[in-house]
Amino acid sequence: MKMTAAKALLQCLKEQGIDVVFGYPGGSILPVYDALCDFPEIRHVLVRHEQGAVHAADGYARVTGKVGVCMATSGPGATNLVTGIANAYMDSVPLVVITGQVATTMVGTDAFQEVDITGITIPVTKHNYLVKNANEIPLAVKRAFHIASTGRPGPVLIDLPKNVLQEEITYTNPTDLKLLGYRPTYKGHRSQILNARDLIMKAKRPLIYAGGGVVSSDGAKSLKKLAETISAPVVTTLMGIGSFPGDHRLALGMVGLHGTKYANKAVTECDLLIALGVRFDDRVAVDFKSFAPNAKIIHVDIDPAEIGKNVRVNVPLVGNVSTVIESILENLNNKQEDEWLELIEEWKAAYPLRYEAGVELKPQFVIETIRELTNGEAILVTDVGQNQMWAAQYYKAKGPRTFISSGGLGTMGFGFPAAIGAKIGSPEKDVILITGDGGFQMNMQEFGTAMEQGLSIKIIIINNSSLGMVRQLQKFYCDGRYSAISFHKNPDFVKFAGVYDALGLRVREPGELRGALEQALSTDGPVIVDCIISEEENVFPMVLSGRPLNEPIEG
Amino acid sequence: MRHILAVLVENNPGVLTRVAGLFSRRGYNIDSLSVGRTEHPNVSRMTIVVEGDDLVLEQVTKQLHKLVDVIKINDITSEEYVDRELVLVKVGADPAVRGEIIQIVDIFRARIVDIGQRTLIIECTGDEGKISAVIESLKPFGIKELVRTGKIAMLRGHKFTSLNEFKEEE
Repeated sequence: MKMTAAKALLQCLKEQGIDVVFGYPGGSILPVYDALCDFPEIRHVLVRHEQGAVHAADGYARVTGKVGVCMATSGPGATNLVTGIANAYMDSVPLVVITGQVATTMVGTDAFQEVDITGITIPVTKHNYLVKNANEIPLAVKRAFHIASTGRPGPVLIDLPKNVLQEEITYTNPTDLKLLGYRPTYKGHRSQILNARDLIMKAKRPLIYAGGGVVSSDGAKSLKKLAETISAPVVTTLMGIGSFPGDHRLALGMVGLHGTKYANKAVTECDLLIALGVRFDDRVAVDFKSFAPNAKIIHVDIDPAEIGKNVRVNVPLVGNVSTVIESILENLNNKQEDEWLELIEEWKAAYPLRYEAGVELKPQFVIETIRELTNGEAILVTDVGQNQMWAAQYYKAKGPRTFISSGGLGTMGFGFPAAIGAKIGSPEKDVILITGDGGFQMNMQEFGTAMEQGLSIKIIIINNSSLGMVRQLQKFYCDGRYSAISFHKNPDFVKFAGVYDALGLRVREPGELRGALEQALSTDGPVIVDCIISEEENVFPMVLSGRPLNEPIEG
Repeated sequence: MRHILAVLVENNPGVLTRVAGLFSRRGYNIDSLSVGRTEHPNVSRMTIVVEGDDLVLEQVTKQLHKLVDVIKINDITSEEYVDRELVLVKVGADPAVRGEIIQIVDIFRARIVDIGQRTLIIECTGDEGKISAVIESLKPFGIKELVRTGKIAMLRGHKFTSLNEFKEEE
């Protein structure tokens, strides 16, 4: 079939089952937008800034498990995507990013809106392509989707020069990917699975440490089965929230810098750490040498490079986390170590998450109330900073893909556009954004996008008129010399919603909260709930720099 | 410890940038890197000499493997192998000392590949030790210019780092 390369590109997207693309047009990518007129089955979500497009595609991918697709023009359009690409790379989110490029005859001449985006994105993509031959577009797209969605997922960028997009080609659906150097391992090594089972049966204090890999391998059910079979308590990373029901009797919540004290104590005192789809990140392990000092470690991950990178392990298991858990579960007997579980219960009782409820509106109370009103059935999207940590601690997400947060890169401004993608990916669910006044202002231009697309997103601004997490760092590490953390002139967020003809509500006192949230949840369209809290509020527990993981300060 | 990695890569534009960028980005030290085509037109072979302990090498290898263009990696350091470098040296060579230089060239089984009025270009191949020895011997005559390739290496006997073997494995 003869068609322009731009049409062939969209035909490829269609064949990949893509029905929504987030993007922003421009000169070099004009041929694609022209062809889009002939593909009404592909919904294009026009954002207000390219960063919004890539974060939205990211949120969409995290919620649906499908590949998120976004596109932008060359030059500034492409560079505006870079933060979002890096964000997806750090959190292993499958994206296909399409950028326009100046004509091949102009490449390398510093042409108008020319930038070497494949060069720029090498360190933050799983792979990328600059396609100079129009006939290679179908193969490049097919490879891109394959690479993005298999193995350890990640973003793949395809850069398409304008004249290449305009060429007429004979479209054929390629059958052979011809990727000589790309073959992920899915099944765990047989003898290591036996070793893992052996360690599990011998352990007196087993603990599961679950991360994003459990979610992305759709392994939540397997994880629950494993935990219940061996009665092992489960700590999760930020990325692993939702991989195990937050209200389960074996759930210990989040581990790490702002994790629960009992989760961190469990890590320090366990004799077997079953690490599933995690990477012993420095926000969790804090000090690699003293992490889980008494434990043998089983590490399951699909990326061989993560195994042994930060921490030495006893049983390395490369493979799909879900598949490997199922293999371990074969012939695994039930067991229960009562002494260990009793100790855990003691810690849970002695060191609960707590805050002082009083006359002031507390952010923890806001999250708890949302949990209660939604019964944990909503998709909670967070921004980055204190709001994120309170959400992580108090929401106790029930299922996978219901807690969406920027983990590895910690990208402020991620929350709102990601919530847009999440709502488009999962329209039947309530989508609630927990954000701060800082992070929201980084991408609040997307309110227009949300209105235009008719997206019922509930935006909860935890508003302390300052950069709370930075303030907290300065309080503890700079002797309270506060520098550049106060917003003396914030917009009135209620009025801000008003200018888009949307509902805005303000909550100053605990008594006003429930009513406002109920009103927000029952209103169609985007709603802002501006929750005013004290700037003095800190996130506890907090493991201070250089201190052991199991000795956080608790406020 | 120094390791010699034989790396087969798909001969795509940017593959050298991807590999070199990986080393600098992750803080690994490359001693030398040489790259050229193989018997397969679509496959290039890199010989990378890298400094590091076993842990570093494990990471280098695993991270290299994550590059989609990297097909195969062989750390040949602990095996029997042949390695070679090539050097071109331009030395000052007044008629009075030419005889002496030619003697040195003969001893090392090197070759003179250019004769100028006051200079000679000497070509020498060999392992690292021999190349260094040649350079040392020529220093007294005044080295005007020197260029040397990185190391290339190949396993001895019936052991391969090639695409054919890779296909047989499957």
